[in-house]
Amino acid sequence: MNKGKKINPKKFEIGQLKIILLILPLVIFMGMPIVFIINHAFKPMEELFAFPPTFFVRRATLENFTKLMRFSNSSGIPLSRYLFNSVVVTLITVGMALLLTTMSAFALAKIKFKGRNLLTQINQIAIMFVSTAVLIPRYLVICQLGLIDNLLAHVLPLVAMPVALFLVKQFVEQVPDSLLEAAYMDGATDLDVYLKVIMPMIRPAVATASILVFQQVWTNMETSSYFFSDDSMKTLTFYMNTLVNVNNTVAGQGMSAAASLIMFLPNLILFIILQNKVMNTMASSGIK
Amino acid sequence: MALQAKKTEETNKIKTRRKRNKISRRENNWHGWLFIGPYALIFSIFILIPVILAVILSFTNFNAIQFPKFVGFLNYITILTNDAEFMKYVLPNTIIYAVVVGIGGYVLSFLLAWALCNLTKPVRTVFALILYSPSMTTGVAMTVLWKVIFSGDQSGLLNSWLMELGVITEPVIWLTDTRFLLPIVIIIGLWSSMGIGFLSMIAGILNTDASLYEAASIDGVSNRFQEMFYITIPQMKPQMLFAAVMAIVGAFQNGMITSMLVGNPSPGYASQLLVNHIEDYGFLRYEMGYAAAISVVLLLIVQFFSKGANLLLTDKDPYGKKGVEEEDE
Repeated sequence: MNKGKKINPKKFEIGQLKIILLILPLVIFMGMPIVFIINHAFKPMEELFAFPPTFFVRRATLENFTKLMRFSNSSGIPLSRYLFNSVVVTLITVGMALLLTTMSAFALAKIKFKGRNLLTQINQIAIMFVSTAVLIPRYLVICQLGLIDNLLAHVLPLVAMPVALFLVKQFVEQVPDSLLEAAYMDGATDLDVYLKVIMPMIRPAVATASILVFQQVWTNMETSSYFFSDDSMKTLTFYMNTLVNVNNTVAGQGMSAAASLIMFLPNLILFIILQNKVMNTMASSGIK
Repeated sequence: MALQAKKTEETNKIKTRRKRNKISRRENNWHGWLFIGPYALIFSIFILIPVILAVILSFTNFNAIQFPKFVGFLNYITILTNDAEFMKYVLPNTIIYAVVVGIGGYVLSFLLAWALCNLTKPVRTVFALILYSPSMTTGVAMTVLWKVIFSGDQSGLLNSWLMELGVITEPVIWLTDTRFLLPIVIIIGLWSSMGIGFLSMIAGILNTDASLYEAASIDGVSNRFQEMFYITIPQMKPQMLFAAVMAIVGAFQNGMITSMLVGNPSPGYASQLLVNHIEDYGFLRYEMGYAAAISVVLLLIVQFFSKGANLLLTDKDPYGKKGVEEEDE
């Protein structure tokens, strides 16, 4: 009778096979499109338009990628510039967002101060306001601040992400108060507690939040299309999107297949790097 | 003896320190504002003020060029009484989509998260990656992918497969056929519903206290479903709530699939969702005031359901904590 060992089992048992078989069809359904994206990007022209259409690539080629490169080189601003913009913007935004989010999550979950409940409420409501609706008012605000064509217009609107704060706060609340009290008893300041008690314990939440923020920033087109008129300041996502939409021609098909893989890969890689932390049990860090 | 004295001395010291700290804990601790200040500032400028402006705009007539003209509740009255598309297509579509993708996606992601947690780590990791991957497929990748699959001629993957199987004899023009549009959007919605909420549920389940399961099995919890309801869910309510809010927000605020796949407005408004309606008025017809009013209505709807989720999933006396304490005694 080892009923208690069911969650997070260490060894493979026959009982698990049942579960695997049960969810396998769903897993295949969910995974198929991704396999398709990867295959599609390496298909040569004749396979892209083959009849009957093929799912897997037969004769893999980098044709689509070189075509994409050549096209972007001929359009004035090289692809590398867009890539550079995207990388810089993403790094700054994710870094800032994580710092501000964890700090505020600590404050909202564990520090008692006036206005805490109100702030929590406002943040919660903000999650529910559809971003399309704030686009125009946000544009007006950015105009007023003189941030049009400024790098900050990529960063600042996405730094405060109510969803990420909500997520991290949920985890911080689970850190036992007794642990904090023990730290305070040893004379720790709030900053010490934040850095040495809270941060190590909420790593899974930080990992999850960074995936969340990264995806928002990496795939964001709004900032480029509304807050920037200077093309050399726009991001890779924006460029790729114009490519797909404008080039709806025969040659465009191959390029958009390549573009979709390029846009998809960073998300995948980040997730693979962080998945261990995301799904890690907090047991190892002291929370039971 | 000396040791004893030293010990009492130390406890006394700790006691005074605790007293001091307790006072600073109980009172209004202004350090809270130090920690939340930077976030609050940026949040106010780029989220709060725009939201307030949007709410104000919803009471005006604003075409993005002239100065907004105050019209009172006219926009709201129009939504309820004079917007045929809204009542006939947009609202029913949104409700169907929200029910299937919101509730279906939520239940599905919990069951899948739970199933994955019953597997060994390597298997779980691979499966979680695959299940989560649709959520990474946004924007460009999604458009290209589904446009090829649902392409209306024989080169479309779905058409080709169905014809091979003999289900259909000639290609279906999936993306302009009003009968199929909403189901297609719903399928894509479900496909990408294992998002960040799903991940947080996995983390939540893995964090549940293992010793409770043993205790429960002694107390007569016999099968896995009982285990799930009585042990797992109560212990991971914060994650359940987070996932619920994400599911609700996702269910009501997803307009991307429609606009990416078939453009806006969708053919015959067949898959027009609330967000598409907002985009339609805001960015195509330039009736910003009206678009803002719809988004306020959307906010109220989402807020209503989130409150419900909050009531269900926040409890004042978390079962899990109580359980742990009993265990310790």
